[in-house]
Amino acid sequence: MIKDITFGQYFPAKSIIHRLDPRIKLVLSLMFIIFIFVAQNAVSLAFIGTLTLLFVLISRVPVSLFLKNIKAILFVIILTSVLNALYVTTGNVLLEFWIIKITADGVKRALFMSARIIILIISSSLLTYTTTPTELTDAIERLLKPLRFIGLGEAVHVMAMMITIALRFIPTLIEETDKIMSAQKARGADLESGTLFERIKALIPILVPLLISSVRRAYDLAEAMECRCYNGGSGRQRMKQLKLAGRDYLSLAVLVVCMSAIIAFNIIF
Amino acid sequence: MDNIIEVSDVTFEYTDNDNVSTVLKNLSLSVERGSFTVILGHNGSGKSTLAKLMSGLLKPDSGTVTVDGITTADEQNEIEVHRRVGMVFQNPDNQIVATIVEEDVAFGPENLGLPPNVIRERVDSALKTVDMYDYRLHAPHKLSGGQKQRVAIAGIIAMEPECIVFDEPTSMLDPKGRREVMDTIYRLNKEKNITIVLITHYMEEVEKADRVVVMDSGEILLDGKPSDVFSQVEKIKEIGLDVPQTTELLYLLKQNGYELPDGVIATGDCVSELLALLRRENCGNTEC
Repeated sequence: MIKDITFGQYFPAKSIIHRLDPRIKLVLSLMFIIFIFVAQNAVSLAFIGTLTLLFVLISRVPVSLFLKNIKAILFVIILTSVLNALYVTTGNVLLEFWIIKITADGVKRALFMSARIIILIISSSLLTYTTTPTELTDAIERLLKPLRFIGLGEAVHVMAMMITIALRFIPTLIEETDKIMSAQKARGADLESGTLFERIKALIPILVPLLISSVRRAYDLAEAMECRCYNGGSGRQRMKQLKLAGRDYLSLAVLVVCMSAIIAFNIIF
Repeated sequence: MDNIIEVSDVTFEYTDNDNVSTVLKNLSLSVERGSFTVILGHNGSGKSTLAKLMSGLLKPDSGTVTVDGITTADEQNEIEVHRRVGMVFQNPDNQIVATIVEEDVAFGPENLGLPPNVIRERVDSALKTVDMYDYRLHAPHKLSGGQKQRVAIAGIIAMEPECIVFDEPTSMLDPKGRREVMDTIYRLNKEKNITIVLITHYMEEVEKADRVVVMDSGEILLDGKPSDVFSQVEKIKEIGLDVPQTTELLYLLKQNGYELPDGVIATGDCVSELLALLRRENCGNTEC
């Protein structure tokens, strides 16, 4: 069923990572991703890889979910590895024919890049698996709040409001698409066979009613929001105030220590 | 008499490609504070337009609408009008803004800029009032129609308005959802003393109202206590509306020569009238 599609990829579980303040989680994730690229040698990369694995275990999100994400971009990993292996031509030659020359340095480089991409994927999915889309939107709105000093406060609020409403209406619109599809099938519409062009054409009787009803919904929602005194972001207060707890400071401290270790490893080895 | 809403001599027109269609014609209506008013009328009678005028969403072309003494026509008063008169619409899906029930209920108070702890209190109490407190952390799209509509109502009462205008709140719900929503509306009127204006075409929802207004092509046709309005069965049927089944039954019996009162709406009243009739009839035929 089309209804089963989930948006975002939040995995509910009880872990310290789930409970972290979304703002902190977002900032830490960004820092972590930057440091994947700061890691310059095998030791620091192995260290950051171990850390990632540790975080995955702490998050209590099933490892299989991460593997699924890696599988989805396997092609990109292979392509990067091959290109890197071909590009680097220094070091011991392992294999040589025609214009292709594979060297030990090239293989090393390819492995290094693959590891980087895999760690990058795991750490960014860790953020989306442990944070709901709502929390993420909220975190972005609050983190970008200082932009109001350069007159962008309302723009930030409007963007966040749009994302919230989009998230709210995705399930509703999926349900509606399902209904329209059933209604058109009952009228004899054929959605599953024919050439690609014919199938795209068959979607028109589904998209047009969906578009019209979305416009109507938008109009209704605007009136309902007006009735609830919505007047943009100015003067608006939030019920849930995000407050940094001990665990947030702790995680920040842990990350700073780890980052220093990576810089140290880069210099020593 | 203390009126929360005063509609005086209001005309409202829609212009569509140079075709002007008058929706309301010199209409006047006042709603007493704390009362329960039902507005009846079929599609195109102007009842939804009247609802939007009362809640300040639309401005009259001529005449004035005042809410608690504030003129709705003035743009500056908009927020003040909306915080006094809330409005609940037909489609529950199209009124819910947030992805979590309690955050949606908080939307109104957040817009009013209240302190976070006050918002929290209002949200909790509003959800308890509509009996949805246990669902506060649920996603709205997973609720039933009746539950969604109750969340929408909670979103309005969290702003603590004096009056709520309901625009056909039950027309998209199943019988169970309809009963849940109607029970909630009665409770708001009786326990919270919130003025209710209910727009509907379900006759059963009229029973507990203090006053019924029947509209037809932009004008008020009948206005009074439910029993008085429903005494005029012919007039109501003439404009294509139905009367409650109980009223209809007694009306038909009366047409056939039985001595029965007009304008009976509640099922219990209908039953006792019929019992009394049976007793009288029996006494006529046999000795008692």
